[in-house]
Amino acid sequence: MAAATLGEVQQRSVAAHTRWVRISHWILAASVLTLAVTGVVILMAHPRLYWGAVGNDLTPALFELPISRNYKHGGWAAPVTFITGANPVVSAARTYDIYNENSWARSLHFLAAWFLVVTALFYLAAGLVGGHLRRNLIPRARELSPRLLWQDVVTHLQLPMPRASGGPPYGLLQKLAYFGVVFLTLPLIVVTGLTMSPAVTAAYPVLLDVFGGSQSARTIHFFAFVALVLFLVVHVAMVVLTGFKRQMHAMILGD
Amino acid sequence: MNKDRLVFSRRKLVTGLASTSGLLLAGCSSKNLPPTYGNVLRMGDLLTYRAFRMLLPAQSLAREYAHHDISSSPAVGNTNPGDSQQETFNADRGPLYDRLRAGDFADWRLRIEGRVARPASFSLADLKRMPARRQITKHTCEEGWSAIAEWTGVPLRTVLEAAGILPSARFVNYYAYDDIAEGIDMLDALHPQTILAYGMNGRDLPLAHGAPLRMRVETQLGYKSVKFVERIVVKDEFDDLGKIGSLQNGWAWYVGI
Repeated sequence: MAAATLGEVQQRSVAAHTRWVRISHWILAASVLTLAVTGVVILMAHPRLYWGAVGNDLTPALFELPISRNYKHGGWAAPVTFITGANPVVSAARTYDIYNENSWARSLHFLAAWFLVVTALFYLAAGLVGGHLRRNLIPRARELSPRLLWQDVVTHLQLPMPRASGGPPYGLLQKLAYFGVVFLTLPLIVVTGLTMSPAVTAAYPVLLDVFGGSQSARTIHFFAFVALVLFLVVHVAMVVLTGFKRQMHAMILGD
Repeated sequence: MNKDRLVFSRRKLVTGLASTSGLLLAGCSSKNLPPTYGNVLRMGDLLTYRAFRMLLPAQSLAREYAHHDISSSPAVGNTNPGDSQQETFNADRGPLYDRLRAGDFADWRLRIEGRVARPASFSLADLKRMPARRQITKHTCEEGWSAIAEWTGVPLRTVLEAAGILPSARFVNYYAYDDIAEGIDMLDALHPQTILAYGMNGRDLPLAHGAPLRMRVETQLGYKSVKFVERIVVKDEFDDLGKIGSLQNGWAWYVGI
């Protein structure tokens, strides 16, 4: 039984990545890269993040990022009071020419998002039907013991890394990383993205309640992006450390 | 009998499918949609527009907030059409705006033109006599910030109906006193929360926020809520509004996202 399983595994290793996995992988890779770059350009137009329903230059920020000349620019006319009280409501005119490349950055962001969503849905459907998700991505219950987890952490800390065959079966941490991206980070980033849309939240206001407002959703969207970038750094590092040529060959040509 | 019904329903199904795809194809006619100019970004915008119109329930109301949710509101873009230093200053309408403002907008008129049965012009007093709508809504700027304010005004629908929209009309375009113009489709134009606002946070609309009248389109981004509205033009066909519209400046026309 154990031998048969091993044989199965070896057969699958030879098969490496199936064609649909390879196609989905590269479309998703291009989409995520485009989304990351345009996302940063969009963030540069207003590098302040907030918590709650609203946030702007006249309300306190959660934090600000020094990533464009808009960072703490201070170009505001004297505020005019609308409503006095403990929490005064004011208005102020901006007197500063901000950095704003959102015309193309927003449209390209959404174009890439369409590619991401359509490809991801295809990937999930194909992975569900063909068993790729169950077989290769979702960790089995018995794999999730502290001992096995620790063992895999130790393996990852040893250099040089063992050469990989290119393709499944995946290691435990590898499975957890892919599982996290496919089932947690990407869905979260898409849904928080939609929670910033005035038309989507008019149709589904429950999204505003789930994330505590569209500005909270924007902040969560940003942290999901950070998580995705961290994953990408580790992912690419692992590809390089476990045999760059072999791994690229497996993901491009599938053998 | 049973068979007949089966045939009938199958025919119905086929007809239904055919007419649905016909609808999609009809919608593809370029007169009814924003042009892409062969630009891939505009194609993406078009996909978003069509997908949103197809997938989202029509005319859902944007969330309305409580009075204590009102936040501070930055005033960005043009804050005075009479100021020749502003980027979108118009040499003809700018000075005109200054004169109207000096007269407390008593001589100001909003013109309704194009595909309406009775082209009309309304004074501020005329508009304030129409049934008003007050809404506390969130302004979402493409830059990334947002603000909640209370807006008082007359539904665009009321004004359009007063002028009599012709059945063939598909788009509503609006022009400002500076070189800004925008447009929306009839679905957003007739949306109950799309209003011509003359009041903000319980007082007359301040200069920096578009005095005396601005558009409020609550289901799209802030730049569709044009300030200093001068004139409304109802159209049968899509009009990109040339150099003063969003499209030719590289911005998406539909921004429900």
